[in-house]
Amino acid sequence: MSTIIFFLPYLLIVVIFAVYGERKISAFIQDRLGPMEVGYYGILQSIADLLKLIQKEDIVPKAADKKLFLVAPILIFVIVFAGFSLLPVTSSWHGATAETGIFFLLAIVSLDVIGIIMAGWASNNKYALLGAVRSAAQIIAYEVPLTLSVLCVIVLTQTLDLQTISYQQGIWVNQVEPDSVNYLFGLMSIGIDITNVGGILSWNVVRMPFLFLVWVIFFIASLAECNRAPFDLPEAESELVAGFQTEYSGFRWSIIMLAEYGMMLLVSILGVILFYGSWNTPFPNIGSFKLAEWTGGLPGTTSGNILSAFWLISKTSLMIFLQMWVRWTFPRVRIDQLMSIGWKYLTPFALFFLLLCGVWRLLMI
Amino acid sequence: MEMLEILFYIIGALACISAGFILFTKNILYAAFALVVTLLCIAALYIFSNAEFIAVSQIMIYVGGIIVLIIFGIMLTAKIRDEKALVGSHNRFLAFASSAAIFVMLISVIGTINFTQYQAVTGSNLHKIGEGIMTDYLLPFELMAVLLLVALIGATAIASKKEGGTS
Repeated sequence: MSTIIFFLPYLLIVVIFAVYGERKISAFIQDRLGPMEVGYYGILQSIADLLKLIQKEDIVPKAADKKLFLVAPILIFVIVFAGFSLLPVTSSWHGATAETGIFFLLAIVSLDVIGIIMAGWASNNKYALLGAVRSAAQIIAYEVPLTLSVLCVIVLTQTLDLQTISYQQGIWVNQVEPDSVNYLFGLMSIGIDITNVGGILSWNVVRMPFLFLVWVIFFIASLAECNRAPFDLPEAESELVAGFQTEYSGFRWSIIMLAEYGMMLLVSILGVILFYGSWNTPFPNIGSFKLAEWTGGLPGTTSGNILSAFWLISKTSLMIFLQMWVRWTFPRVRIDQLMSIGWKYLTPFALFFLLLCGVWRLLMI
Repeated sequence: MEMLEILFYIIGALACISAGFILFTKNILYAAFALVVTLLCIAALYIFSNAEFIAVSQIMIYVGGIIVLIIFGIMLTAKIRDEKALVGSHNRFLAFASSAAIFVMLISVIGTINFTQYQAVTGSNLHKIGEGIMTDYLLPFELMAVLLLVALIGATAIASKKEGGTS
């Protein structure tokens, strides 16, 4: 449970850097410079923004439902932050020991919509209400492909515990599962034992190569769950002002933003844990070059903790960069396109891959 | 253990208070949000009895799914700001009589259970649940799946545009 002392400051730091990064990345994609005034190369811009936000007046509209209006942003943040309680940080610093780990995390992701509906309804503003209704429809629809894509991984790992899933994707697998053997591509018939080779070869996405396509489904669905572009219909600026957060100002608005970036971080870490080897190093042991051991570190030692945290954080940052890249590259989808992507394309493909993963699992044992 | 016991009673009390709030509030949307609190508290009580899987299923299905649908339904049908979304109480005597009857029945049934004969479940029971569903309870499980599929197809059929009709 002690991971909270890591994740709360980490989340705040990530948000400060992500806001700056997002503005810079969008600027470079659009061939601009972005913020340049505050500090060298505009690096203090988000701190200045933060100071401005805290000073702002906390406005509650007269016609709003005061109690729900004030509670909603905190509820949104608390629900998202509850999800972090399950995530491991390093190879020996794990989250809550829930055997239903990932299942609980999916439940958390689906809870988020209640806070959004509350915020939208309590604002008593038609833009806010429309944004909330869109958000609810979107999150419910994309929960199906998201859950199915996670299920594809679960079929292969045979456990819901996130730390066990992490261990399975590296050379230390025998510390939690003494008898398990990793084969190249997971296929027993090939017969190449890579249990002690590790590295990228034992990541889930290589153990079952089709998982890359499953990850694409997971990534698209997670963008929709975060209400991020190209699925940012709930806060489409050109139609709905700012969607469910239209009436919020100052500190409460910044809490909503914090929750939004928290959700991004949550699904990014989740994607890394499920598909890209969690806190494991990408370098395999090659002969006497024990790269996996040198760059991974033995679980429980100081170097093991630092290195595994480093790999998890750097992979997660890459995922967040990818989310931003997508946001500034693709136009927003229409609501009917959103629904047909979710139900007619992602869900059937996810079901097909689920079958494929089941067959693959049979070849693994 | 003392700490956990206090927490148990606090959560139980919270479940009762929010359930009472559902009864006495006149605003239907407040009632829906109070139901969220009740269901979350019950999920917490499941965790106290080592039923982690049921607790998470409760959050996933009831809070994340059904309550959201209820709120969605309220928001799409009722004019919330009007007086129409406020509910009164009708048939008070019948409601009181039937709920009292259910209460007495539950109390009497629970009173007959000999709890000491059950051993406390500790540790992992996730695999047992999975194996149970796939072996001993396979038929009810499959029937449930068929039922849900029928409901899904039915809902799609009702909601879809009829060919050649006016829509």
